[in-house]
Amino acid sequence: MARVVVDVMLKPEILDPQGKAVAAALPRLGFDGIAAVRQGKRFELDVEGEVTEERLAQIRGAAETLLSNPVIEDFTVRVEPA
Amino acid sequence: MPSRIGVVTFPGSLDDADARRAVGLAGAEPVALWHADADLHGVDAVVLPGGFSYGDYLRCGAIARFAPVMTPLVAAAKDGLPVLGICNGFQVLCESHLLPGALVRNDHRKFACVDQTLVIESTDTAWTSGYTTGQQIVVPLKNGEGGFVADDRTLDALEAEGRVVARYVGDNPNGSYRGIAGVANAAGNVVGLMPHPEHAVELLTGPTTDGLTFFTSVLNGLVGV
Repeated sequence: MARVVVDVMLKPEILDPQGKAVAAALPRLGFDGIAAVRQGKRFELDVEGEVTEERLAQIRGAAETLLSNPVIEDFTVRVEPA
Repeated sequence: MPSRIGVVTFPGSLDDADARRAVGLAGAEPVALWHADADLHGVDAVVLPGGFSYGDYLRCGAIARFAPVMTPLVAAAKDGLPVLGICNGFQVLCESHLLPGALVRNDHRKFACVDQTLVIESTDTAWTSGYTTGQQIVVPLKNGEGGFVADDRTLDALEAEGRVVARYVGDNPNGSYRGIAGVANAAGNVVGLMPHPEHAVELLTGPTTDGLTFFTSVLNGLVGV
């Protein structure tokens, strides 16, 4: 079984309050030198059989339709090496 | 025969009972619609209520958008059926692309729960025709992800076309771009609003009865007053 990973991130122009909260917590814990944090989502899709171009196109469709909201988010699709 | 206004219940809807009560107080017959039933049962208008449909999993409204009831609803809305999305219902309408933009987490990261003053900016919609332009109303606002966002081009177009239905007065409670509390589609039959007019229809439980006009407006449009 192959694994396809879809990463979803808020578009750069959309404020990310969760990322800001994490960024504010880091220096309090002594983790210095981190200028900014953006928080996203990672989906791991276990695919039956071969990951064909057709199957990848299907997954891109799912990412665009359900996994992300293209109004506020960008996504990337990649095949996880076995 | 009174006009029939449907209120959809999704798993996790909270304010469906209040919305049905507001519909009844306005003089229409409330009709309970079920998310898994792909049938609008001939209603004359639909309210998508507030709450946390499907636990707000994935994104608010993202899973409700694909509920069976949404297929006939989206088609009917494109044909002019009046639809009002309140809070979570607004999020569902944005995810359905019936309305532009999206709702994201409040910029201050805290849940907001206040009696909120709004200014009604557009009365050219099915749901706000009973207000006067510039009228200020007070209705409850309660959300964690109520920040309305869209790109500048979309925001400029909404303002130029008079599709900003309501704006927040005073402090912006959730970081909504340009203080936008509600928007309409181009035809004016579909309206999304983050605050809750259905909680401001009786003085016993609400700060005012200012919200009732959303429901009487659509009713007057239906009976052709």
